[in-house]
Amino acid sequence: MDYFDRFAIPHPSPVIYASMVAIGITVLAIIAGLTYFKKWGYLWREWLTTVDHKRIGIMYLISALLMLFRGGVDAIMLRAQLSVPENKLLDAQHYNEIFSTHGVVMILFMAMPFIIALMNFVVPLQIGARDVAFPRLNALSFWLFFMGAMLFNISFVVGGSPDAGWTSYFPLAGNEFSESVGTNYYMIAIQIAGIGTLMTGINFMTTILRMRAPGMTLMKMPMFTWSSLITNLIIVFAFPVLTVTLAMGTMDRLFGTNFFTTDNGGMDMLWANLFWVWGHPEVYILILPAFGIYSEVISTFARRNLYGYKSMVASMVAISFLSFLVWAHHFFTMGQGALTNSIFSITTMAIAVPTGVKIFNWLLTLWKGKIVITTPMLYSLLFIPLFTLGGVTGVMLGMSAADYQYHNTMFLVAHFHMVIIPGVIFAMLAGLTYYWPKMFGFMLNERIGKWAAWLIAIGTLVAFMPMFFSGLDGQARRMYTYSESTGFGIYNMISFIGALVLAVGFVLIVYNIYYSTRYASRDISSDPWDARSLEWATHTPVPEYNFAILPQVNSTEALWDAKKKGHVLFKGEYEKIHMPNNSGVPFIMGCIFFAWGFSFVFGMWIPLILTTIGIFACMALRSFEKDHGRYISVEEIEETETKLRGAN
Amino acid sequence: MKELFPPKQVMGFVLSLTLTVVALSVYFLNMSFAVGMTVLLVTAFVQAGLQLVVFMHAGESEDKAAIYTNVYYGLALALITVFGTLLAMVWDM
Ligand code: HEM
Ligand SMILES: [Cu+2]
Repeated sequence: MDYFDRFAIPHPSPVIYASMVAIGITVLAIIAGLTYFKKWGYLWREWLTTVDHKRIGIMYLISALLMLFRGGVDAIMLRAQLSVPENKLLDAQHYNEIFSTHGVVMILFMAMPFIIALMNFVVPLQIGARDVAFPRLNALSFWLFFMGAMLFNISFVVGGSPDAGWTSYFPLAGNEFSESVGTNYYMIAIQIAGIGTLMTGINFMTTILRMRAPGMTLMKMPMFTWSSLITNLIIVFAFPVLTVTLAMGTMDRLFGTNFFTTDNGGMDMLWANLFWVWGHPEVYILILPAFGIYSEVISTFARRNLYGYKSMVASMVAISFLSFLVWAHHFFTMGQGALTNSIFSITTMAIAVPTGVKIFNWLLTLWKGKIVITTPMLYSLLFIPLFTLGGVTGVMLGMSAADYQYHNTMFLVAHFHMVIIPGVIFAMLAGLTYYWPKMFGFMLNERIGKWAAWLIAIGTLVAFMPMFFSGLDGQARRMYTYSESTGFGIYNMISFIGALVLAVGFVLIVYNIYYSTRYASRDISSDPWDARSLEWATHTPVPEYNFAILPQVNSTEALWDAKKKGHVLFKGEYEKIHMPNNSGVPFIMGCIFFAWGFSFVFGMWIPLILTTIGIFACMALRSFEKDHGRYISVEEIEETETKLRGAN
Repeated sequence: MKELFPPKQVMGFVLSLTLTVVALSVYFLNMSFAVGMTVLLVTAFVQAGLQLVVFMHAGESEDKAAIYTNVYYGLALALITVFGTLLAMVWDM
């Protein structure tokens, strides 16, 4: 039995035992359900082995929504613990574990896949392509992300969760202060998911640079595609730093190296430095696709073209570069001199300039527009004032001298939630609502959608505004409780209420999905929002080859011009279409990676070696495999097209 | 013969082996830290450039401009990261 002791939770509690039971029951229910409805074959053929960018996008989406709820439950527990002084709901250790996993789950396993979900679904359609450049690699990206996320999530019930924060600073994250395997999970699960993301970056850059429809020059690309290109560029340059940093951290913890130790020539601050070399670009990886979504939504529902297309592109290019110049603003207080802090203060404030340019471009787009307030538009309109609050406080934090006061207080926590929720989450919810009809063939209910949008906006304000004040009053972040005499009680109570309102908003979104699935009309056109770019030029549901004939483009708003100016998008005859074959290898490789990561976490060397061989075997298989894809014949295309045209 | 042994690639191969040997010599020969580092840095950058141009055909397709833009962009960012880190962690501590 000794061998199995390592899998025990070092710090158990009834909540954890209840979760174990819940996880067990869910797994059994899924297996039983699949068997009872005879869906195993369907699952394997249509989803697990798919290389279709649309289906991969939907799988990313489902994972992101699941993780949103995992992270959301964490958040409610954190706020409940702090809602009154000297609360005993959670003890210090659990509080540490929960805020650490909340941060990692929300940023890496919720926001990232949500963005990649929309990118997967939308970008190939928007540039008039039939898939991404490397479809099989795309599937592998997804499965690596998914297995990384699952590995991270089981830490909760097997071996113990990480408890050193989502930033996992050394020396706290070193073996001396973090004895359980929790931080190993952090290092390895994020590593696996991160490699997947890096592959996505390469894949989408290639796709956007190489596979655009005839006539679509770079300066004729829709804004979401532009933002995806820049995002993937940042991914390609930022994620390798994360990969290396995590590898060094893993070696420190498991192989006794001294990169981040406090003696033997190690440098603990180097972790913070390298983490933020990746970490700050990462926040722009999150926000740029969100900006892309807002650009699409705002121009669609202001019923006019986007104001200042060129300045939008220029500001994103500027942001992509500047985002690599500011990282040290995350540790102004670590002891470097005034020179360094001043340099990074200036670059930090400079980045607010291109961000401001974008805000003004949206306002000017709205100014002369005929605004239609749909749910996606409502999110976009709510985004502008709320995000500005977050951005302005960011500039305050960026002044290094003042940051000595704000750093690691609730003021900082309020800042990044006020940028990430209105900036990223609103955009993802707007994108979800906007692209839902293309994905699933019916629209989400507008009334429930708007209720949810308002609740989430109000919840955000109520939950995070008080933190600015309690932070200025001196409430530190990551403290599991406080005494009554501090006077923080009232702020935290208000925050808790805000968190509950947010929770209701998210539950309403789930209800909306359920309600609309049951009652919404399936009789919608392929362009239900009267939109402007190519993703709406094909049928709903989108056939697997996307476009029977590749579109001809000669402006930034190809579909709009086709509708209003008589531009002909599809010229010529059907020709047979070359498509990639499905493959089970990415999924299997993902599973092997999961076992690999699990063995690594617990330092089980024999399984680790075996799984490593397995991974290389999969890669060798791919290198020697002869798979030239398949063709869809002209008759088959005609048949599909007639059927789909009838459907509309 | 020319098809079997394209001169550019053969020369590139010989050069890249030479660069590897020179880099390895830092370990086997006795030299000061500064000299060793210089040798490593120079050989590393030349080696990377060589691989990119000769064996990965960076300049031979119509995407030449995009490829080189990305490479220079990455190079600039790498230098900024390294010198920024040195500034924050060592020089200005
Ligand atoms: C107007 C632009 C922005 C400026 C000037 C800015 C500035 C800053 C500064 C100086 C800090 C560090 C403060 C401290 O630790 O004391 C910080 C933290 C942070 N910012 Fe921003 N920010 C901006 C926009 C954003 C955006 C758009 C996002 C995300 C989408 C974001 C996410 C974060 C996060 C996650 C942290 C804290 C991470 C942590 O310590 O756990 N920021 N910001
Ligand atoms: Cu930052």
